[in-house]
Amino acid sequence: MRKQLMKGNEAVLRGAILAGCRAFYSYPITPASEIGETAALLLPQVGGTFLQSESETAAVNMLYGAASTGIRCMTASSGPGISLMQEGISYLAGAELPCVIADITRGGPGLGNIAAEQSDYFQVVKGGGHGCYRTLVLAPDSVQEMCDLTMLAFDLADKYRNPVFVLADGFIGQMMEPVEFPERAILPAPPAWAVRGTAETRKNFITSIFLEPDALEHHVLKLHSKYEQAEREETRYEAVQTDDADVVLVGYGISARILKSVVQLGRAQGLRLGLLRPITLYPFPTEAIRSLAATASAFLTVELSTGQMIEDVRLAVEGRRPVEFYGRSGGNVPSAEDVLAVVRNIIKRCSVSEPEVAHV
Amino acid sequence: MSDFEVLHQKARSFYATFERKAELQHQTHYCPGCGHGITHKLIAQAIDELGIQDRTVLISPVGCSVFAYYYFDVGNIQVAHGRAPAAATAVKRSLPNSIVLSYQGDGDLAAIGTAEILHAANRGEPITVFFINNAIYGMTGGQVAPTTPLGSKTITSPFGRSVWNEGYPLHVSEVLASLEAPVYIERVALGNNKMIVRAGRAIKKAIENQINGLGFSFIEILSPCPTIWKMQPQDAQAWVRDELTKIYPLSIFRDKTLEAQRRPERAEAPALEKIPEILGCQSPRSVDNSICQSAAKDFRIKIAGFGGQGVLILGEILAEAGLDAGLQVSWLPSYGPEMRSGTSNCQVRIATQPIDSPLVNRPNVLMALNEPSLHKFLSAVEPGGWVLYNGENLPAGVARHDVNFIVRPFTALGDQLGDARAGNMIMLGALLKATSLIEEKWIDGAMRRLVKSERWLDLDRKALALGQEEAILK
Ligand SMILES: Cc1ncc(C[n+]2csc(CCOP(=O)(O)OP(=O)(O)O)c2C)c(N)n1
Ligand code: SF4
Repeated sequence: MRKQLMKGNEAVLRGAILAGCRAFYSYPITPASEIGETAALLLPQVGGTFLQSESETAAVNMLYGAASTGIRCMTASSGPGISLMQEGISYLAGAELPCVIADITRGGPGLGNIAAEQSDYFQVVKGGGHGCYRTLVLAPDSVQEMCDLTMLAFDLADKYRNPVFVLADGFIGQMMEPVEFPERAILPAPPAWAVRGTAETRKNFITSIFLEPDALEHHVLKLHSKYEQAEREETRYEAVQTDDADVVLVGYGISARILKSVVQLGRAQGLRLGLLRPITLYPFPTEAIRSLAATASAFLTVELSTGQMIEDVRLAVEGRRPVEFYGRSGGNVPSAEDVLAVVRNIIKRCSVSEPEVAHV
Repeated sequence: MSDFEVLHQKARSFYATFERKAELQHQTHYCPGCGHGITHKLIAQAIDELGIQDRTVLISPVGCSVFAYYYFDVGNIQVAHGRAPAAATAVKRSLPNSIVLSYQGDGDLAAIGTAEILHAANRGEPITVFFINNAIYGMTGGQVAPTTPLGSKTITSPFGRSVWNEGYPLHVSEVLASLEAPVYIERVALGNNKMIVRAGRAIKKAIENQINGLGFSFIEILSPCPTIWKMQPQDAQAWVRDELTKIYPLSIFRDKTLEAQRRPERAEAPALEKIPEILGCQSPRSVDNSICQSAAKDFRIKIAGFGGQGVLILGEILAEAGLDAGLQVSWLPSYGPEMRSGTSNCQVRIATQPIDSPLVNRPNVLMALNEPSLHKFLSAVEPGGWVLYNGENLPAGVARHDVNFIVRPFTALGDQLGDARAGNMIMLGALLKATSLIEEKWIDGAMRRLVKSERWLDLDRKALALGQEEAILK
């Protein structure tokens, strides 16, 4: 197909429909609104359902109902709306219901503002809801990936019977870039466990309640083993010139795009910089980062926040190397030049006192 | 009493033994005399009589009836506290042929779930809702509910429910009956056998409405909770009959069963092959790859002005044209309150190499359609870059000697041409003339796709031509 220019938010929804999404429930919020608006326009034309709910609480529970019937379904929101959905997301994970949730992050806390931030990392990647559950989290950094990773999200949601997030910032949602869609749409058949109001599915039931301690522990361990499988099989990342990098930059979404220009700028000035871009934030590319700790002298995490993903980078590096942070928030973005200045500082400090390397 | 025949048999819609229960699989977990048990029987009987066991999907709430799926041999979905109507909405919309029964207690429906029930009713969702009003929170051990009678002592209203603290008992049926959409709303009670028979009839009718494709049906069931009320089952039943019905009068609040319209069927889904086209996914189109071999380009363009000056569309046309020309492009708008407060800007990149970041901090082209934009972004322009400014002259005090200025009253020129809003295209014409940005034919192609009316297309083409003439260096 020809590449066409499109907003990230519009590409998400088209990718979803091409992947077989036939139900979309959401409540408006900037900068995610175009996803719902596109859904309102397109879903009825493909025999699907769009409904603007009375709240994000209702939306996520509508998703729960739709997912129970085994159809591919989706919602989209941003910070405050995702906060409201957290109870429902815990139920979805607990009841093992597949669905896709796009978070086009804006500024927080509270009402914050509508400009882009990456401050939903904690609530999305670590889970803001109750109980031992995880959500798989994909982090596109281009409009093309908004389509591709949304499609992948539906497959992963079905494979793991678990909610999957597409976590992007306001920039990735709002910007236009060329995107190429797959030529064919798919529509997977409903899975055998779904409740479909038929004789064959009459025995099926969806629940997240397990009254007996042993029964709940068994269930929680089963969920846990799915997450372990996802950690083994689904970790994705992009490494840009990391092989010989002295300083490894780590960032996702729009930050990764800025870091790509930092790598270029730095390399042009003789600095050996590389970029490790997590594409899955859960499972996190822990191994990839850990192995770079053997060759790089320092890491710099750049986020549109005061530092959230950095905790996962630190856990991966396990204290072997310094892990520094640079970020802006409130809708501000660091320029490539800003980041390069920070990198120079780190290089100066690291060469003054070569870090102790613990060989384990 | 001999009006009634006693049948000792279990409805087919109940499981023969309750194997989802850990123990005592021959009996329910409900207390003796509990209204949930009685209501379950009435619902199961109706399902049997209507022959819809296979089609039925039961949505169970959080409350004592959370385990309804132990008993009902139908499709079962257990949902979060208060949200049954939201989940039921989506189940019914996904499976229009199913019979969706949503079952909730009064804490669930009348407290935490008020928004969901109100909106499901107001949308006229064609589902059936059973609302068990036992005037108390049963499962959590007897806290005050929105439905608890005034003066009643509960563990969280130890001095008696007071209008000054908890307010008045909530009359949900009456509230819902104030809405246009519901088809059938009735309050029944489990106060004696006669009332129970009446309740059974209402339950059956509410389900029948759904079978007939009618809209929202709602049955409120005044129901005994002997355990929390600390009464013998017979006394609890009498209390429902004698006291609760005084606060909550039994009535049919709405019955549009005869005149209600069947909901229109959803349009047939299109064939899968048609979907990319419906989504506007484009089929292959030729691109000019010769351009890719041409000299390296890296245009970082900032366009800024007031809302209504065509800032975003100008950027979009540039990006579209670049894409057609086989170049790498990106377009990033300012969005939200900035747009509302009247200013607008976008950042466009057009390059031969893949674009790392779509953000433009160091533009080599600034298109400033108003003075504030010039002040805001001029200092960021790269030395050697181009600055196009919409005005007779540069404002006093503005100076940079290391950039190229094109200063023309573009808006006024647009006005002369027929519409001040064509000023953006005149500025674009000037930019095309002054730089090697992109060939005009690509701009024309992009305009043909993006400009909606013939009148404007014509005007924009003239504007583009005029701009080329006006590209006078300053
Ligand atoms: C979000 C949330 N808050 C609180 C609870 C605890 N809770 C469980 S059942 C219930 C009230 C049930 O009362 P009601 O709906 O009247 O049903 P009954 O048990 O009387 O049938 C509450 C508050 C919960 N499960 N979830
Ligand atoms: S506590 Fe009340 S509502 Fe709950 S099962 Fe017992 S009688 Fe029924």
